[in-house]
Amino acid sequence: MRIICPFCGERELGEFTYLGDAKPQRPAADAGEDAVYDYVYLRDNIAGVMSEHWYHGGGCRAWLKVTRNTLTHEISAVEPTAGAGAAKVGA
Amino acid sequence: MVAGAQTHRLANGGVIDRSTSLSFRFDGKTLLGFQGDTLASALVANGVKLVGRSFKYHRPRGVLTAGSEEPNALVELRSGARREPNTKATTAELYEGLEAASQNRWPSLNFDVMSVNQLFAPIFVAGFYYKTFMWPAKFWEAIYEPAIRRAAGLGRAAGVSDPDHYDKAWAHCDVVIAGSGPAGLAAALAAGRSGARVILCEEDFVLGGRLLADGGAIDGLPAAEWVARAVAELTALPDVRIMTRTTLFGVYDGGTYGAIERVNDHVPVPPEHQVRQRLWRIVAKRCVVAAGAIERPIVFAGNDTPGVMMASAMRCYINRYAAAPARRIALFTNNEDGWRTAETAIAAGLQVAAVIDARPDVSPAHRSLASKGGFPVLHGSVSAVDGGKTGVRKISVALTGGARAEVEADGLAVSGGWNPAVGLTSYHRGRPKWRDDIAAFVPDGAPPGMVAAGAANGAFGLGACLREGFEAGAAAARDAGRGGNIGSMPVADDEAFSLTPLWHVAGKGKAFVDQQHDVTASDVELAQREGFQSVEHLKRYTTLGMATDQGKTSNVAGLAIMAAVSGKSIPETGTTIYRPPYVPVAIGAFAGHHRDENFHATRLTPSHHWAAEQGAVFVDTGLWKRAQWYPHAGEKDWLESVTREVKAVRSGVGFCDVSTLGKIDVHGPDAGAFLDRVYINAFSSLAVGKARYGLMLREDGIVYDDGTTSRLAEDHYFLTTTTAKAGLVMQHLEFCRQVLFPELDVQLTSVSDQWAQFSIAGPSARKLLQQIVDESEDLSNEGFPFMGAREVKLRGGLKARLFRISFSGEMAFEISVPARYGEAMARNLMIAGKPFGVTPYGTEALGVMRIEKGHVAGPELNGTTTAGDLGLGKMMSTKKHFIGRVMAGREALTAPNRQVVVGIKPTDKARRLRSGAHIIPKGETPGPDNDQGYVTSVCFSPVLDQWIGLGLVERGRERIGEIVRAHDPLRSEDYDVELCNSVFYDPDGGRQRG
Repeated sequence: MRIICPFCGERELGEFTYLGDAKPQRPAADAGEDAVYDYVYLRDNIAGVMSEHWYHGGGCRAWLKVTRNTLTHEISAVEPTAGAGAAKVGA
Repeated sequence: MVAGAQTHRLANGGVIDRSTSLSFRFDGKTLLGFQGDTLASALVANGVKLVGRSFKYHRPRGVLTAGSEEPNALVELRSGARREPNTKATTAELYEGLEAASQNRWPSLNFDVMSVNQLFAPIFVAGFYYKTFMWPAKFWEAIYEPAIRRAAGLGRAAGVSDPDHYDKAWAHCDVVIAGSGPAGLAAALAAGRSGARVILCEEDFVLGGRLLADGGAIDGLPAAEWVARAVAELTALPDVRIMTRTTLFGVYDGGTYGAIERVNDHVPVPPEHQVRQRLWRIVAKRCVVAAGAIERPIVFAGNDTPGVMMASAMRCYINRYAAAPARRIALFTNNEDGWRTAETAIAAGLQVAAVIDARPDVSPAHRSLASKGGFPVLHGSVSAVDGGKTGVRKISVALTGGARAEVEADGLAVSGGWNPAVGLTSYHRGRPKWRDDIAAFVPDGAPPGMVAAGAANGAFGLGACLREGFEAGAAAARDAGRGGNIGSMPVADDEAFSLTPLWHVAGKGKAFVDQQHDVTASDVELAQREGFQSVEHLKRYTTLGMATDQGKTSNVAGLAIMAAVSGKSIPETGTTIYRPPYVPVAIGAFAGHHRDENFHATRLTPSHHWAAEQGAVFVDTGLWKRAQWYPHAGEKDWLESVTREVKAVRSGVGFCDVSTLGKIDVHGPDAGAFLDRVYINAFSSLAVGKARYGLMLREDGIVYDDGTTSRLAEDHYFLTTTTAKAGLVMQHLEFCRQVLFPELDVQLTSVSDQWAQFSIAGPSARKLLQQIVDESEDLSNEGFPFMGAREVKLRGGLKARLFRISFSGEMAFEISVPARYGEAMARNLMIAGKPFGVTPYGTEALGVMRIEKGHVAGPELNGTTTAGDLGLGKMMSTKKHFIGRVMAGREALTAPNRQVVVGIKPTDKARRLRSGAHIIPKGETPGPDNDQGYVTSVCFSPVLDQWIGLGLVERGRERIGEIVRAHDPLRSEDYDVELCNSVFYDPDGGRQRG
């Protein structure tokens, strides 16, 4: 498998580490136990197009959001996550 | 030398170099062949018919094919450590001194004791292992399996380490082409001319594919001349790479292809500094599969007799190798193409005994060939073969209409039609589709970027192969963005192809479908009767197609017989799933150089070479080699050395390379806020110039890692991780920064490899350090108190980072210098420390001192413990949010009966404590119900002069002073231990602050 890193270009699978579904959002700090439990443990088992987190540890160390079809391994999009890449200028 | 006379070598022709004679040995007998031969063709040229015994019945077998689909002619190639079993004689290139031995026979190929298996053939039917050796169950491992393994099987592995090297390499191109027959060469010409970067893989050592055996005319030239011209043109193109002896064996996601290059299989020993084989991963935008087709047998009684050979293989041996598989040849065909073997035999001056054609009609051209050649054309099928280990003698023919005929011949060529090589195109769970006109499966689509052309796509005519190949090559180059002039397409005539499907001729005697696994037509029928209706079940029950040839010659015939007995059509019956590799690939090639000491990368600490000079004993910790202890002359064991090191530190000063810790610089205005969220304790409140121990949890509330983090400036922290988790913590922190908290203005830099770090510990640590750092630096307890952290100048001007932190419990410092100064630092500490009796210490002494001090480490941070379990629950801030906080509050993670860290010491001071021992209450029976925890870390404490340890014990901290049992069933030990405070040494911490 090959992933086109938005920062480094097309790279081979071995440079990346897979995490999992990118859809679950971490609950706010004051969210209750149930919401955090869902976030930590409950995952959909998606057969088809899935948005996933991948880490380019063998390259730029960016966390990426990869849209991949779990049935065909076809990758249709790769985007940087919100905090990936350049430092926050003027933040 | 009594060498074979090459009795079956033809006087003329062949793509062989008759001026280079090669001597080789087969089963101890010396024979001769020529450069350009395969082992099989050389055996054929020497009139050798019998080359092996079959897998189950030990039946005599000969050469069936001339390619990588060969099921029978498997040999052990070479000897000693280089012995390679199950090597196909049909693809093994002949070289001077080649040694080969036949397989699966004892004591000799000619007289094989186990061939009595044939007499018991009725019990060796499909599923025979499952049915016969079921009972009694315990007999399986002890009696049945070893006996079966001796009786059945293929070649023997070398049994010793492979002395050769294997390589792995990457290649990138626009178009990769599998096969260099007419379709492959045409594809390469079109793609290459257009300017595409092309890799052409050919598994043979000569280019041309079927053209080598079948000739023909292309662009008005004889095939050989056209091939030479095409190869010359391709070689001249700068971006075309031709790789012979290279099989494209698999396709993987994203246009990645696997190929195995047999770099030096054609020489006895690879030249110095060269590899035997190279595994290629080829990344290509497009792939043209021009892998050709495989001629398929017809299943009839005695079809495995040596001398029965595929018709195309016979042409190949005659035309390419000038070797006659027989002198009087009978041909059994159900199609037009098979007749070419009769034409070839006549042209080579061999006799044709008869052509047995299963079709109702034969073309006028072939009729006239028969009358000119003086041989009969029999309409019917071969029903039996009379012959044995010396070859075919007589062939019985069941004529259409019921009459019988007999044909005397010493060889039988068989053609049942052609199966396109659909492996590569079907590897992504593709299912090939059935084409009635050629009675064969053809690719139905292919993995993205791949297309089949020529015979691999069911186009069997030479003209069609060139056309499809050229068009596929041009399209592939275009898709890859190359638009150069592709020139003119090579042209040839298309031969007629007419076929009447015939799979199986009913008759008496064993008719083999899968010759390599000895699966007969009646096995297939039996499996169907017994309810194995799915082809996947048929395959596993009969083992059809499961041998090293993966059923290349047998699968379709097996399906067809299955279809016939189940009353279904062949497409309804379907194929099994295709999986790579297309040909067997040595495990050594997949491993490449990653074996022995190069199995994984080795990381050396900055002071490694100095430590090696000191005679340090090293231990592998992950990828690292760390000094474990430094033995002195006269010390009787590791314990004596380690005890000396500990005493030296506790009474004077010692140092230890701790560079393996993960080190991360955290920069930015929000650095403190960021650390507050990833650690359970606060770091935004840490004063500049101070260090603090931190603990981080996983999101589920379990402890993830610990380490010391120092604040070097308002917006700059220096964080350390454990050695084991260095990479993972970096990944986790980047996830937190980029995904969870992108609003925080913070950046992380891994500096693990940038800094060499040493722990300098002991009452004399300060005095030693004063010899190292610049005189202007105040190291006094006031100027640099416990948990201080700051940049310092060393004597000579080098900047270093100094931390007053202690893992040993002594007054201690950790000093970081740029990694390239690490070795110099170790040497300097030895020199400067000499007056104070400085002692280098290793990871064992480090471990002893941390256990004496009750510090938790890997055995306690084991992925199941909470901060509370480790006695660090009070560190969990209640004033801020942090990762893991909510889940850590769950009932089970805060239950009062959790197993928590506690000190453990045997009541008998002379007794050795062992980690892993279970803690059982006094008077209770050991077992899961009474198991209250276990010993996690142990050491011999020089301070207490006895073995001590840490453990995770239920309610352990409430039970200090209680005597319990340490039960160790692994070592058959059971003894009393006392639960005690986990801080054995200096519990109020005066020494580290002093």
